[in-house]
Amino acid sequence: MTLQLFLLLAAALFAIGVFGALSQQSVVMVMMGLELMVNAVIVAAAAFWYFLAPAAPDGQVLLLVVISAMTVEMAMGFAVATLLFRASDVDMTDMAAELKR
Amino acid sequence: MTLAVFIVLAVIAIASGVAVFVVDSMARATFALAASFVAVGGELILLTLDYLGVVTILMMVMEMAIMVVFMVMFMMNPAGLMPMSMLHNTRGALTIAAGTFLLLGAAAVLVPWPARRGTVPADPTRAIGEAIMGPQMPVMVGISALLFATIVSALVLAVPHGRYDQPAHDSGETDR
Repeated sequence: MTLQLFLLLAAALFAIGVFGALSQQSVVMVMMGLELMVNAVIVAAAAFWYFLAPAAPDGQVLLLVVISAMTVEMAMGFAVATLLFRASDVDMTDMAAELKR
Repeated sequence: MTLAVFIVLAVIAIASGVAVFVVDSMARATFALAASFVAVGGELILLTLDYLGVVTILMMVMEMAIMVVFMVMFMMNPAGLMPMSMLHNTRGALTIAAGTFLLLGAAAVLVPWPARRGTVPADPTRAIGEAIMGPQMPVMVGISALLFATIVSALVLAVPHGRYDQPAHDSGETDR
């Protein structure tokens, strides 16, 4: 195992997430793309901790923060999706243009 | 042996990540995403991060279970019974994603990363426990405040009447 291998895995996951976030029509599917991007950040942060500075626990703390951020993103995303659906009967990104008004 | 496990988990993570946006059922897509997270949790355990790996696996499996409910409630074609496309601007998204992978992959391979400093502690879980109960405690306090703010904000957004009790047309009142 090397740092480069882990970073390549992270790059692949991030790129798949980018594709999902840009190409999906459904709001919840866009959130799944964002989740995959955060997934990639988790892999990269863990690899940086292990291969560069394992003695300091800072990298692990950063991972905890990232995992928390992922939870927050999902909770707020679900809340926004619920609100959007309730307010406009919309679950597609193309139809969600409330802020244009 | 470790390398073989890494490769197997990496292939599972990437393949299920791709499956998320390929399968025609949103419920299946959610389970594919859960599989990707479980594989990444396995990679963390390979890096001796047992605690964070198990937290990732447990949290993501539960989160995806909740997501399936959202899928079935809100989304078109949750069971995949009617094949349909849920994509738009596929070619542009593919181009940007491929460019992103090439850029990040090139950086991963070409950047001269510094040499490792220090050694992995005998018990990394103990190390993070001591860190968040000691010098890193402000980080955890900040996160706890953030999580509480999220609970309040998500509820305010999701409940039908928002933070101002009943909407005006329901209660017979005008602005409050």
